[in-house]
Amino acid sequence: MAITKRSSTALAEHRFEYEPAPEAIDHVNIAPRYGLFIGGKFVEPRSGKWFPTINPATEEQLSEVSEALKADVDRAVTAAASAQESWGRLKPSRRARYIFRISRLLQERSRELAVVESLDGGKPIKESRDVDIPLAAAHIFYYAGWADKLEWAFPNRRPRPVGVCGQVIPWNFPLLMLAWKIAPALAAGNTVVLKPAETTPLSALLFAEICQQADLPPGVVNIITGAGKTGSLLVSHPDVKKVAFTGSTEVGKLIQKAVAGTGKHLSLELGGKAANIVFDDAPLDQAVEGIINGIFFNQGHVCCAGSRLLVQESVAELLLAKLRDRVDTLRVGDPLDKNTDVGAINSRAQLEKIQGLVESGLEEGAEIYQPPCELPAKGFWFRPTIFTNVSQSHRIAREEIFGPVLSVLTFRTPAEAVEKANNTPYGLSAGVWTEKGSRILWMTERLRAGVVWANTYNRFDPTSPFGGYKESGFGREGGLHGLLPYLGLN
Amino acid sequence: MAPRLDVRKTYKLFVNGEFVRSESGRAYRPVAGVNVPRASRKDLRDAVRAARTAFDGWAGRTAMNRGQVLYRAAEMLDGRRLQFIQELGGGKPAGREVDAAVEALVWYAGWTDKLAQVAGTVNPVAGPYFNFTIPEPTGVVGVVATETPALLGLVRGIAPALAGGNVVVALASESRPLPALTLAEVLATSDFPPGVVNVLTGQRKELLPWLGAHMDVNAIDAAGCTAEELAAAQEAAAGNVKRVVAHRNGELSPSAITDLMEMKTVWHPIGT
Repeated sequence: MAITKRSSTALAEHRFEYEPAPEAIDHVNIAPRYGLFIGGKFVEPRSGKWFPTINPATEEQLSEVSEALKADVDRAVTAAASAQESWGRLKPSRRARYIFRISRLLQERSRELAVVESLDGGKPIKESRDVDIPLAAAHIFYYAGWADKLEWAFPNRRPRPVGVCGQVIPWNFPLLMLAWKIAPALAAGNTVVLKPAETTPLSALLFAEICQQADLPPGVVNIITGAGKTGSLLVSHPDVKKVAFTGSTEVGKLIQKAVAGTGKHLSLELGGKAANIVFDDAPLDQAVEGIINGIFFNQGHVCCAGSRLLVQESVAELLLAKLRDRVDTLRVGDPLDKNTDVGAINSRAQLEKIQGLVESGLEEGAEIYQPPCELPAKGFWFRPTIFTNVSQSHRIAREEIFGPVLSVLTFRTPAEAVEKANNTPYGLSAGVWTEKGSRILWMTERLRAGVVWANTYNRFDPTSPFGGYKESGFGREGGLHGLLPYLGLN
Repeated sequence: MAPRLDVRKTYKLFVNGEFVRSESGRAYRPVAGVNVPRASRKDLRDAVRAARTAFDGWAGRTAMNRGQVLYRAAEMLDGRRLQFIQELGGGKPAGREVDAAVEALVWYAGWTDKLAQVAGTVNPVAGPYFNFTIPEPTGVVGVVATETPALLGLVRGIAPALAGGNVVVALASESRPLPALTLAEVLATSDFPPGVVNVLTGQRKELLPWLGAHMDVNAIDAAGCTAEELAAAQEAAAGNVKRVVAHRNGELSPSAITDLMEMKTVWHPIGT
């Protein structure tokens, strides 16, 4: 049926009701308890300690995982160190084949992985299904192909492995961050000990099963679970030659200190407070979609989230009206429902952090808008939130909230937009919306950020380097540049 | 006939394009009879501020223009070859050091407009987007020159940093500071805008902690640091997540430039 202008207006005013469309979970087996994956086997932790991992949408326990402490970390690093030599010397084409296998296994088990990712982390199933898992598999596939082409990647520089990598990843994209860490490390001929975040360990443990299924030589990949203490033991271990960390700038600085003077290689992918900049000539409806995706994708638990919207003053009112209308249509709720746009906040601690910063926004005089949506009774939830009347000195304009909270500021000239966008210690990403090509490139040159999205936002690809300027870290993940942190070069 | 009375040079710091004494008024005498300014923490901060102010202009120059300026520095250094040989103590080794310093300037001058083609990429993303990655300067770079070779070590630190479009605050060799201050005269006549490169002399233990901890310094080339100084600089660097580049065996390499650069990736949709 063709939609006339009149009926489309009527449609826009109509609020759709959606029947529940839950993803089936009966094909997924989560063990009641997981050991540590060391030397190709699941082993009981020597610490004798376990901790629960829960579903943040229901607060129900999903499983219990081990807390790796000193003896366990030692054991894992030793396993990686003893596998290092043979893996590093393995014919590169054979290394490539193992990594290709792992990528294929991820694809084969994609639905199971997607469900576990949503159960353990709270993210909408449509995101884990369409973004996290496919990108993780693609990333591993991309780096598999590099394993036997390193001499072509860096001619005259005699690329060689750096040794055992200690890798610590966050809870926002558990399997994807694992892939970003493990794939280039293995392709470069290193072995790894990886620690997933304490709230989202399950997909990494499934990945351990996949390594077994791929017949990956024991010790090449080791997965240890635990919280900050485990991570600290791992990065400080003397036999770890390279440390890679993705997470908050606060913890990144602690790690940089801990690694000082040890001669370890280090790469850091830390926080962000990205500006998403909309000029008056931008395609506003597309920009609205980009703004929504920029801040509400994955509940805003995204280091490169477009958390500061900079709008040119002349279109601010119009854009904000469109933005409020669009936010009203977001469906917040059950992460396993295929219609859900915004899922559960990852943990109670994160929810409290978001609540605290939102309160500071109100106290400092910003105006809040939240759509009138119902939130489930149990679990951790936060309404999509837009703050207007925000000044640059407000905490909500300076600090990384890591939640579905957008701060809106305005500007008049391109120079002012650049000034405000760069007025942050972070420098991970930025967005620019304008129809004028020369202005896009002019802005791109001046924005101090590692990734700039022009007329789009939050796009990721295995071939595309990602990483920050300034206090957002150093080193890149993805693409040819993503190999550099894992290689010794002349 | 009375012997010639020479007009002696007052050695000064080079900050913001000007030759200045230390604001502290202090000097030290590592070389007999010569007063060398002993820069203070305040001098260091002034130098960082001058560098930061100069950054946008220098980074915004065309790559070709940066190459021309660096090449001009090579010309100026070559023209004063004999003076540098004398300051370095004379003899064949000093001659070789000056020649190597000239060569480093010429070599890095030639990289400015080639680097993006070697270190940049166009990325074949799986979607309708044009995507590319280009190197950009990281910002203010602190260069800690080697004690010896005093001239070559400094030039091998500042030339790649400047070639990439960074601005520099350099700490000269503490025991042999004269070639560094004379090099500042070379730099001053090579068309570097004021503040792009600053040269400080003094005590490393007094200056290095502040350089390492300075919140507006983006990177440190620690080639001249001892192991303890390196560890301390790395620890202080965590305050604002600076990168500290430590391992460089003095070879000329494009990675000496890219180590002090950021990689920026840009996405743009393809459509009608």
